[in-house]
Amino acid sequence: MKFIIVAGTPGAGKTAVLIHTLKILLQQNVKPSVVKIDCLYSDDPKRFAKLGVPVQLGLSMDMCPDHFSIYNTDAILEFAKEQNSEFLIMETAGLCHRCAPYTDNSLGICVIDATSGPNNPMKVGPFLSCADIVVITKGDMISQAEREIFRECILETNPNCSIIEANGLSGQGASELALQIKSTEKVVSENESLRHNAPFAVCTLCAGEKRVGAEHHRGLLRKMNGMQEYVGE
Amino acid sequence: MEIHQITIQAGIDKLGNTERLPDLLINKGEIYGIVGPTGSGKSQLIADIEQLAQGDTASKRRILINGAIPSRELRSDPRKKMVAQLSQNMNFFADMPVADFLKLHAKCRGKKNIDVKHVISIANTLTGEPINANDNLTILSGGQTRALMVADVAIISESPIVLIDEIENAGIKKHEALQLLSGEGKIILVVTHDPVLALSAQKRIIMKNGGMRNIIESTYREKQISLQLNDIDQYILTLREDVRAGKKIEEVNFDALLHESSFLKCL
Repeated sequence: MKFIIVAGTPGAGKTAVLIHTLKILLQQNVKPSVVKIDCLYSDDPKRFAKLGVPVQLGLSMDMCPDHFSIYNTDAILEFAKEQNSEFLIMETAGLCHRCAPYTDNSLGICVIDATSGPNNPMKVGPFLSCADIVVITKGDMISQAEREIFRECILETNPNCSIIEANGLSGQGASELALQIKSTEKVVSENESLRHNAPFAVCTLCAGEKRVGAEHHRGLLRKMNGMQEYVGE
Repeated sequence: MEIHQITIQAGIDKLGNTERLPDLLINKGEIYGIVGPTGSGKSQLIADIEQLAQGDTASKRRILINGAIPSRELRSDPRKKMVAQLSQNMNFFADMPVADFLKLHAKCRGKKNIDVKHVISIANTLTGEPINANDNLTILSGGQTRALMVADVAIISESPIVLIDEIENAGIKKHEALQLLSGEGKIILVVTHDPVLALSAQKRIIMKNGGMRNIIESTYREKQISLQLNDIDQYILTLREDVRAGKKIEEVNFDALLHESSFLKCL
């Protein structure tokens, strides 16, 4: 099974690019399954289903969607097996961008919006720096100079990635992405692990505490001065 | 690598109909206008050239360099890029000072000896209120942004193929800007709604519904008309500068303008 994981900033055009890419894959007789992970609500499964691909939606609700997709990987892969798909494409929402949902033997695709500014690649963290392919969208909305600078900033964060400039409206770049998905040699193993650890989040907030301020919180906490300490028993 | 020719291989229009035109060859030193109603696909055509499209854009066109398919590096690596593009964008998204932006872009293009102050001073010849090196990009006005983009394209992106999208926009000095961007021995394509610019090009591509419909070569008469229109245009631009400077316009030399128009009528 080839496992394709698509992450990216909200509104960057992950679904739009994927839909164009799926159309091309289907034309080439590749029949992938699609799993969409979102938080509260998503219309995207309907858009995927229109293409005739098997699709499953996972809503993480009050859990982090990346954590949700990570511990549900078995179930997600099982779904694709049941559909006899050779390729499983998972699109995940992602919240704080301190996670990278990519596993060692998946093909990690990061979709990032060029209008988010050249500082953004430095801010977004491991889901960009660990990706195999970085898809830049909305490049038509900025000048050539900014496009070139944005590309350079991505390469500084992730020097080995393959960059595709895509357009979610016109479908530009989708044929290149389809080609790279189709030709990936990575095959998912029985014992997948993450390329990058998820952020530490062992604190009272994880257990539902709503009050703010230090006195209400226990666990592993980082102070404004950068020092980390364990508060509790 | 020296570029002496690019080829535009026809693709499809917005309805999916094939553009019924033979391969369009554009040679070093030629200036082409691209004209057509808004939404007719002018910007897409130059975007295709900027990306050296290989049937992978909405139009399915293919662009060849010196008759051959360009390499992947030529298509994507800004250090090897052969194309400079002034797009229609009127604002910057990068939250940084002008000088930092220009330095960063020069680095991307692999240009070591760029004097940022010089680029800014060139931009300031095209706009009204001057741009300062420490200004943040995002606070620049539409005209200042355009002027800076022109100077950046002319100096930092300096390339053998130059694509210009509606230089007449945003109230910058279009003749000076065009002069800056053009140069000997370049391949230049100018998207324009301005008859003065369109008629001054050697040939023009007529766009309709997303497709290239026709190529027209400027006639001798059109070139003469273009020169006359240019004089009228220059006169109107002088008036524009006076109005902008808060001057009162006491008198317009209609005789001069009439002379031009009667000349046009004779044609």
